[in-house]
Amino acid sequence: MKILILGAGQVGGTLAEHLANEAFDITLVDTDEVRLGELRDRLDIQTVHGWASHPDVLKQAGADDAEMLIAVTSSDEVNMVAAQVCFSLFRTPTKIARIRSASYQTREGFFSKEHMPIDVLINPEQVVTDNIRQLLEHPGALQVLDFAEGRVQLVAVRAYYGSPLVGQELSFLRRHMPNADTRVAAIFRRGRAIIPQGNTVIEAEDEVFFIAAREHINSVMAELRNIERPFKRVTIAGGGNIGERLAGSIESNFSVKVIEYDRARCNVLAGTLRRTVVLNGDATDRELLLEENIEQTDAFCAVTNDDEVNIMSSLMAKRLGVRQVMTLIGKPAYVDLVQGGDIDIAISPQQATTSSILTYVRRADVARVHSLRRGAAEAMEAIAHGDAKSSKVVGKALSDIDLPPGVTIGALVRGEQVLIAHDNIVVEADDHVILFLVDKKHVAAVEKLFQVGVSFF
Amino acid sequence: MHLPVIFRITGVLLTVFSLTLLAPALLAAIYGEPTIRTFVIAFAITLSSGLMMWLPLRRFKDLRAGDGFLVTALFYVSLGLFGAIPISMSVPDLPFTDAAFESLSGLTTTGATVLTGLDDMPKSLLFYRQLLQWFGGMGIIVLAVAILPMLGIGGMQLYRAESPGPVKDTKLTPRITETAKALWYIYVTLTALCALCYYLGGMSIFDAVCHAFSTVAIGGFSTHDQSMGFFDSSVIESVAIVFMLLAGINFGLHFTVFARRNPLHYFRDWEVRSYLLLLAVVATVVIAILAQHGDESSRSPVRDGLFQAVSIATTTGFTTADFSLWPGAAPVILLLAAFAGGCAGSTAGGIKVIRVLLIYLQGWREVKRLIHPSGVFPIKIGNQPVPDRVIEAVWSFFAAYVIIFLMMTVLVMLLSNIDFVTAFSAVGACLNNLGPGLGEVALNYQALDAPVKWVLIFAMLLGRLEIFTILVLVSPAFWRR
Repeated sequence: MKILILGAGQVGGTLAEHLANEAFDITLVDTDEVRLGELRDRLDIQTVHGWASHPDVLKQAGADDAEMLIAVTSSDEVNMVAAQVCFSLFRTPTKIARIRSASYQTREGFFSKEHMPIDVLINPEQVVTDNIRQLLEHPGALQVLDFAEGRVQLVAVRAYYGSPLVGQELSFLRRHMPNADTRVAAIFRRGRAIIPQGNTVIEAEDEVFFIAAREHINSVMAELRNIERPFKRVTIAGGGNIGERLAGSIESNFSVKVIEYDRARCNVLAGTLRRTVVLNGDATDRELLLEENIEQTDAFCAVTNDDEVNIMSSLMAKRLGVRQVMTLIGKPAYVDLVQGGDIDIAISPQQATTSSILTYVRRADVARVHSLRRGAAEAMEAIAHGDAKSSKVVGKALSDIDLPPGVTIGALVRGEQVLIAHDNIVVEADDHVILFLVDKKHVAAVEKLFQVGVSFF
Repeated sequence: MHLPVIFRITGVLLTVFSLTLLAPALLAAIYGEPTIRTFVIAFAITLSSGLMMWLPLRRFKDLRAGDGFLVTALFYVSLGLFGAIPISMSVPDLPFTDAAFESLSGLTTTGATVLTGLDDMPKSLLFYRQLLQWFGGMGIIVLAVAILPMLGIGGMQLYRAESPGPVKDTKLTPRITETAKALWYIYVTLTALCALCYYLGGMSIFDAVCHAFSTVAIGGFSTHDQSMGFFDSSVIESVAIVFMLLAGINFGLHFTVFARRNPLHYFRDWEVRSYLLLLAVVATVVIAILAQHGDESSRSPVRDGLFQAVSIATTTGFTTADFSLWPGAAPVILLLAAFAGGCAGSTAGGIKVIRVLLIYLQGWREVKRLIHPSGVFPIKIGNQPVPDRVIEAVWSFFAAYVIIFLMMTVLVMLLSNIDFVTAFSAVGACLNNLGPGLGEVALNYQALDAPVKWVLIFAMLLGRLEIFTILVLVSPAFWRR
């Protein structure tokens, strides 16, 4: 499949890398020749230098036969116009565009064929904000991912020494908690994946991925870690787009402070936020943090657009006594440096965006994709179509499905009903199947599994 | 300074407003009262004076920025003084000071009176007093801007000099003339509704119209010595409460509600919320005091307490009972509530609720700043940050208001031998455009000395034009520019 990516910034670059590795044909358009050169040297992609919304540039980039347009330049307007140009002049089938400003999204039906022909809107800031909000709602979770409109969640936690389940076999989990149905999808021990079996023993410091219905998440987490006090006081470092959205979305449930360096920006923030306390200062200023009782803070989220500031302020906050720090880190290289140290959770904005785009490039009917562990693993919500004859999954019990190695089925969603995967459950047509792939190289095999055979047509 | 232009405009305005004297003259003709002569004479004097100022100077056209203050102030003073002519002519043995006091008390919607025996006076004179309040309520300048296209560009300056509230540049429509018209349409509609309700509540047509005038203008003049107490009807009192409440709300907001056809807009407005909250608190406290003392000076604590709280706190000044004789802190609470007054852009007087709210919010901000020294806390009304410029202006206004209030209280006591409560409440009631005070001025201002009355007249003007319009004129810098 041929994909056109407009904008070679952080998101565009990461996306190109991911997709090129998955054997898509990528053409990247940007105005920055140097940046294009770097990427061209490193990745097997084509690049075009020019203004991303101009028809001649798009034509040169091969918009004529591209199947998908991904417009992620820094300007909403360029992205919108590029999508319009591709729709009107080149008939590109799928158009994905990054639209940051909430103002464009206030009116329902604006992004449709008749008006502004964009099929999928992505908003990395919103994705990251949602991400952090869910982490705040589940203290102790390393990652919380939604499936089937949030009815099912995949949660990653680090098992604590001394918690009830550590040192037990997984089958004990079911006997121990008869009411809260859950399934462990994967365990990562010292960075290596273990495919969970009934007799796998959970060890302290294991990173455990489990799937459960939303209402059971907290009780399962309590088994893996001792019961955590809910977060109450949250300090956000950085009042940019993410900081503002995050504060706005949690300020009614948490007591929130935002630290922002720029005085004028502070005034804007204090104007739009209702209950949040906006502080003018440097997030790495120790005196400021102490003045604001940082040791009483439950969670510290560093979301400035500067990785170094995020890391340093998080380290300082953790050292001063914050319970949990979450750090937004753009550069993949930094994530390796800090993960597992003082910083509890590193959040990668590219990963969030990539996940949302991967959903649309999968060949099977996929409702949701989450890219995990920096793209190494993947969780996927695939929809089973066809019947027992045409499909490789429909009509089969889960134990009979021929899964590629390293792939587990976590749960099924049938209409409103959530079924946690057990061997004897039979897949029906239109079930949403939630799969966990510890190694991404098996994506193609899973796609194939869910594609409907020829007899269907 | 362009005195010819200023006099020309004042002349135009006088000429136009002389026509309003024809209404009471007509009424006198209908009722067959002798006052018809006085009104016609007054009309002739006002009209000829107006024309004398206008016609010789009609070549001078452009009103310069800054002259709006002078025109507005001059017009209030001159209309007040010319308006005193019929009063002084139709009430025998009335000094001109008293007539001027009565006239300006009407025009500034204060409602303090020096007349007694109202029930026996000619109906045309009573009607004239109410009419003065009605014109003063929405503002004679706003009316002039609405009906006189020749004011044109200068209109906005005049409008700004007269309209109450901290933010004076808000227009409802792109054109100032249309804005003024819209305001007057709302004003007339409210008045008509009020009159209808009074009539249905049992008043005669004459009383209904007269009281509708002074209710919607938040004036407080009545055609009876006993004010609203004369009717002794809970229905009429309820009507009065509702319309006083409505008239104390920003007319711009009435416009929004009317244009969008959605009454919920009233409750989305923070000033209105605070205004209603303030009134509710004052009414509750007063009712509690009355109920606790079981005083015979009030018939029913709830009925009297509620009516008096709304009437005084909105600065209307209707009375059903002599609240100055009420027990405990009740009279002082009522008088202090009048300092807050109604909403900006309403017909009410006082400091205005929005300014009180802004001052309260700023006090609260200082507390927050002590807790979070690096915090950034803008003052917000609802979700809208208020520019620092407005807050500064509110503080200056508040300071000027308090200082002028105290200085005038002292001045009144120096000029004549009156007690502190009387002086304090008389100045307060006039500055807030309230009307009735405490002590000797609880019902009537007749007893005061002439110099004191002139000071109070000045206080009424300061209150109606929100101090700075007048203060600009007494500053040497204005004349030297």
